Amino acid sequence: MADTAIRTRTQKPAPAKGRGGKVGRLPRAAVHHPWWFALPAIVVFAAFFLVPNLLNFYYPFTNWSSYHPDIAFTGLDNFTTIAHDGSLLRAIRTTLLYALLAAVFQNGFGLGLALLLEADSRFNRFFRAVFFLPVLISALATGYIFQSLFNQDGAVNGLLGTDIPWLGSTSWTLVLVTVIHGWKWMGLSMLIYLAGLKGIPGEMLEAAKCDGAGPWRTFWSVRWPMLAPALTFNVTTALIGSMNTFDIVQATTGGGPAGSTEVFNIYMFRIFGQGLYAQASAMSLVLFLVVVAVAIPLVIGLRRREQLL
Amino acid sequence: MSAANPSSAVRRASAVNPAWRYGRPALVLLLAGLAVGVPLWLVAVTSAKPQAEAITPNLDLPRHWQPGGNYEEAVSQGEMLHGFLNSLLVVVPSVALVLILGAGAAWVFARRKSKLVSAAYAICISGLLLPPAVITIVMELRQLGLAGTRPGMIAVYTGMYLSTSIFFMTGFIRAIPVELEEAARMDGASPLRIFRQIILPLLRPVIATATIMVMLYAWSDIFYAFFVLGGGEKATLPLNLYKVASAQLYLNNWHLVFAYVVVMSLPMVAIFLVAQRKIVSGITSGAVK
Repeated sequence: MADTAIRTRTQKPAPAKGRGGKVGRLPRAAVHHPWWFALPAIVVFAAFFLVPNLLNFYYPFTNWSSYHPDIAFTGLDNFTTIAHDGSLLRAIRTTLLYALLAAVFQNGFGLGLALLLEADSRFNRFFRAVFFLPVLISALATGYIFQSLFNQDGAVNGLLGTDIPWLGSTSWTLVLVTVIHGWKWMGLSMLIYLAGLKGIPGEMLEAAKCDGAGPWRTFWSVRWPMLAPALTFNVTTALIGSMNTFDIVQATTGGGPAGSTEVFNIYMFRIFGQGLYAQASAMSLVLFLVVVAVAIPLVIGLRRREQLL
Repeated sequence: MSAANPSSAVRRASAVNPAWRYGRPALVLLLAGLAVGVPLWLVAVTSAKPQAEAITPNLDLPRHWQPGGNYEEAVSQGEMLHGFLNSLLVVVPSVALVLILGAGAAWVFARRKSKLVSAAYAICISGLLLPPAVITIVMELRQLGLAGTRPGMIAVYTGMYLSTSIFFMTGFIRAIPVELEEAARMDGASPLRIFRQIILPLLRPVIATATIMVMLYAWSDIFYAFFVLGGGEKATLPLNLYKVASAQLYLNNWHLVFAYVVVMSLPMVAIFLVAQRKIVSGITSGAVK
């Protein structure tokens, strides 16, 4: 970086002098990479992402709903409502648990597959594509597929000759749904771990071999530390992404049984459908705050870990 | 001595391997069959069964094949063609905007250095972590007169996925040597020309990745489509699938649901197969650096 900067400085004067009149006294960067290339993106992002997120700090404190013709400020009413009916704490707990388990399964499956299919052979390339297939199937479709598999009269019970209500347990169904989430996204994690594995210099592995390290030792002492950037990316995207989950849960359980899988977005979807917009917006604000509270320490922590290793 | 050592180590390593050498492919086959084969098989056979057979979904081959009838019914009852068109009309412009606007912004963010630029960059990629405030998006779209319209949906998708493309593209452009641009500038090329003729072509691998990622997300999204478009005229494929599947309670129509799933998934699978190599290299070069 530094030396290219120096070189540009010494080369520059010639063309700048040639068009001196047109360029005037604008700084070089403004001439070569003008802001108007970035402006459309910034405007669209600000208008349709930032502004709604800012509005989301106001509307939860109003009585906005399909029952009121105009919107009035009502203070903390919406928050006390969702706190009192228990949905607030339940949504926080369910979503955090979902995100944690989903990230564990997605990364576990992904890393396992990457190690299994690491060598570059035709066989492995084919099966990498096979395990990537679930990523290409929409999450809603994935949900329906697994609903028909795990339904009480579905394919799994039919195959095993059992009669287990897979999607009917208030404690275990959430875990099963996170496994499904891991299944859908394992292909993406696998690709990123594969890239990480490929980035490890061959001399390093050879050196480990010379020192007599077995495959197990090589993994823990050489490959695993070298996978740190891939792990950072995978864990962050999996954890944060699954906090925003909706489709798989909606298609498999719809938030049930007894609300045990009702994550933030399912709650918003349900309450918005009832016309209670401000209340849904309150939940959306809490989701925002929870994501921020998880994301910032997570990113800082993983980055620090990368540097330590 | 030192030359003999590595080769003997290699030999030792491959001597440990035989069990692994045959065990690994067997394990891969088993996992692929169980984890991917079974669910996809279920989709394929169920989508070819008559309703009576599909009521309790199982892995048996259909006793009576009627894939044509099911797909026809899904097309007519589930408004599949209409949904397909609606999806295309929303997803294609969104992807195009995400790529074009994202590339322009990424170029500036990658090349300019100032506090203002890094602040703008940080804000623009904040969408990678922060969740979109979907409820107030509806409010804003209503005020703008865009609620329930395709431009509204396109704007929401573009705003949401811009962060992804800007993040990937900025990282990619930083790795492109500035000298390439300088050479063109010496020949008198304008910024627009440099962007079009040097930066955009070089971005091809990352454009492929961003395309498939954004397309995947937007093509299969139901959550935001539900809030912005609702169920009516403009409903996209996933919304229609949701409608068909929600009628499940009364109709038990797994055969239609899975016919829908197949039709919805095939375009994405086809795109992946065509652009596979680029996608893989793009994902890997963008994510792990």
